[in-house]
Amino acid sequence: MLADNTRRLFSALMLMVVSGAAQVTLAASLGFDDARHLLTRTSYAALPADIESFAGLTREQAVELLLSRVDKPRTTPPPAWVREPVLPVLRLREMSVEARRDFQRTNVARGLEMRGWWLQEMVTTPSPLTEKMVLFWHNHFVSSQQKVRQPQYLYRQNVLLREHALGSFGVFLHAIARDPAMVIYLDNASNRKGQPNENFAREVMELFTLGEGHYTERDIKEAARAFTGWSIDGETGEFLFRPFAHDDGEKTVLGRTGNFGGNAVLDILLAQPQTAEFVVRKLWREFVSPEPDAVEVRRIAEVFRDNRYDIRSALRALLISDAFYAPQYRATLVKSPVDLVVGALRQFQFATGDVQPFALAVAQLGQNLFSPPNVKGWPGGDAWINSTTLLARKQFLDRLFRAEELRPSMMMAANATQAAPGKAPQGGPLNAMRQRLLRAMADVQFDSQRWLQQAGNEPAQVQRLVLAMAPQHPVPQGVSGMEVIRRLTQDPVYQLK
Amino acid sequence: MERREFLKAAAAGSVLAWLPQPGWAAANYQKLLILVELKGGNDGLNTVIPYADAQYAALRPRLAVARDQVLQLDDGSGLNPALAPLMPLWKAGEVAIVQGVGYPAPNLSHFRSIEIWDTASKSNEFLLDGWLTRAFAQAPVPRSFAADAVVVGSAEMGPFANGTNGAGSGTRTTRTIALTNTEQFLQQAKLAVAAGHAHNTALSHILRVERDIVQAAAGLNTQHAFRIPFPPTAFGNAIRTASQVVASRAGVAALKVSLNGFDTHSGQAGTHTRLLKELAEGLAALKGALGELGRWDDTLVATYAEFGRRPRENASAGTDHGTASAHFVLGGRIKGGLYGQRPALDRLDGNGNLSFAVDFRDIYATVLERWWDISAATALRGRFTSLDFIKT
Repeated sequence: MLADNTRRLFSALMLMVVSGAAQVTLAASLGFDDARHLLTRTSYAALPADIESFAGLTREQAVELLLSRVDKPRTTPPPAWVREPVLPVLRLREMSVEARRDFQRTNVARGLEMRGWWLQEMVTTPSPLTEKMVLFWHNHFVSSQQKVRQPQYLYRQNVLLREHALGSFGVFLHAIARDPAMVIYLDNASNRKGQPNENFAREVMELFTLGEGHYTERDIKEAARAFTGWSIDGETGEFLFRPFAHDDGEKTVLGRTGNFGGNAVLDILLAQPQTAEFVVRKLWREFVSPEPDAVEVRRIAEVFRDNRYDIRSALRALLISDAFYAPQYRATLVKSPVDLVVGALRQFQFATGDVQPFALAVAQLGQNLFSPPNVKGWPGGDAWINSTTLLARKQFLDRLFRAEELRPSMMMAANATQAAPGKAPQGGPLNAMRQRLLRAMADVQFDSQRWLQQAGNEPAQVQRLVLAMAPQHPVPQGVSGMEVIRRLTQDPVYQLK
Repeated sequence: MERREFLKAAAAGSVLAWLPQPGWAAANYQKLLILVELKGGNDGLNTVIPYADAQYAALRPRLAVARDQVLQLDDGSGLNPALAPLMPLWKAGEVAIVQGVGYPAPNLSHFRSIEIWDTASKSNEFLLDGWLTRAFAQAPVPRSFAADAVVVGSAEMGPFANGTNGAGSGTRTTRTIALTNTEQFLQQAKLAVAAGHAHNTALSHILRVERDIVQAAAGLNTQHAFRIPFPPTAFGNAIRTASQVVASRAGVAALKVSLNGFDTHSGQAGTHTRLLKELAEGLAALKGALGELGRWDDTLVATYAEFGRRPRENASAGTDHGTASAHFVLGGRIKGGLYGQRPALDRLDGNGNLSFAVDFRDIYATVLERWWDISAATALRGRFTSLDFIKT
């Protein structure tokens, strides 16, 4: 009896000690590994100097610092054409075949420039988390240049994504529903009374708010009627509500009945608890692990809703959670092509005269910015890696670290595809960008001595910095310098974050 | 319920059903399957046209193909004229056209519906592994093959998807190689190194892909020079790559190629014509190339898509997501002709969509049982009726 009581008392004491210890850890500073983890997941790469300054911060301080940087203005000036008005649809129809071909060519060339602009911002920004979140929303509220050809539309949408990236999801949803690129991409421009087009109504429920299985076909049909008349002005390309095309009759959406317009339907979707959970699950898969923890998702979704859908609050809750730092989730996420390319350029501080064509490298690895494969976006996770993309990733990394030795052959390849004098470049703007990428890849400079010195020189230290877990192929004793970096970046574990 | 729990619940009761069934000989993977995915949902009604049905023209004031343009197959159905390159195959009796292919309680989302097709699930059932992944688990492809399957020009594994969703919830995996160009693949494969296994799901996926690359690279070669020209289109390139794979010294059991762009919500006519032409020219070239290799008689080519499109055209001269559609099965041992049922335009459902006549799993069952000699019940998780479009 006494023994039992003693044991119980002992257990209770142990529990206090353990939970006390947990509290102490919570208030403690991050240390090297947690700082590296936080920076890799939120900022593409973890540089030794950044790790050093973050290691002394608590989780809350570190995350607050990252979130505060999101407010900084962007650094890469956009191409001048973004301010040009869009070409009205009617004018497009009047064009001759040749004029239309030139117009399409210009759109393709500008689209490539726009990708380069964003990629450069990702590589050079002092707030990489901004770019991670803008890309996150680009992959949530998807629009694609495959359908929205004039790049001004997608540039403006990108600006909108920036404006709301950490703002209110509710305000964001209302804004994106009226965004001209979205109105064109999901066919709402041709959604008219009596002849509804269901595309936007379906995707807003399936992909933007509720998720599959939380609405019926009837809800979609009714909601589509509510969005009739949400169109764009054929002259200016701005959003335009056309009252005569709007069906103002009674609709029933998710059990609520009224003479709803589009805004009322969006509010009905925002009132569903499922919406907050759906978005938080997606944030989890972006930042924590491939398989969201249902209890934690519910908790953070509550924070999200309690803060009027403030995205910053949800992200903060996620990034300071125990789950985010849990050992079992380390190295469980596959790097996206952007993570891999931008991460390598930032991590190893490559000097590049021309960073923009690396957007094409990202596209070749399966993530063509501004052109997700479909309205569901890039599926991500394991789907990033198949035989084609894994080999392309390895080759990209191999070339980066062998730039000096490969330079002559890369330059030859770049020049071989160049146009003969007096002739138009073959294959148009895309081919020109390919040449630019070959040259840029040949031109990159990596100061390995300086980098290794900062990293600590010892292979074990380099490994701890570069990989999220121990390599699959351990670096043999005696290997040093550049060869350590080459081996670690060719290791399968380098594909993980 | 989360998908994973769904799957667990579904799998728990049927462990025995997964075991190999007695009574079937070893699978005959010398016979090749080539799947052609028409991505976005092909408009079956303007592909195989019920030209004699007055309602067809009525539902499609702008999109109906004029009766005198239609390539007539019988007194009620005809092909879109853009499919003319398929007519020699049709006349040779090598094309089976299955009309009204769909499934009960159809889902109109691209992603969900293609998932239903790829996993051969019921409409309300969530599975992770592809139907061919289950078939290959039940009747393994010989290890001597370069790979179980090759997916050309796409990163989506579709019917070969592994039962993992980044979460390790499934165990069945296929050796499926995605490649766009065989030469490039072999060149790059020199960077791949086969390594051990890992517990981390993402890492084990990467290691598996790398091992599969090493093995496939050992079995593929690219030297074959075909006499026939391949069409200068993206689909033509995919067909050329697929033909190169078939010409290799080590085989594969199945290939998947895809043709993108069938989601024709607006201005359908021009786009659809171009796509059908690309499809027909590509398939004709495939017959030519496989004929040169002497493989056409042991190849079965089948088209599929997530759904067809709605019979009534929309206000943008396009068509919205629909349900049942027509599909093609081609090959030297195919019994040509029309199968299934002509679309019943007078009996549309509440959404204005067609009812289905042939479950897509009936086609899968035909492939498994009559083409490969393996039991379909396990891979398809139920009994389906084979169609009689294969010569014995």
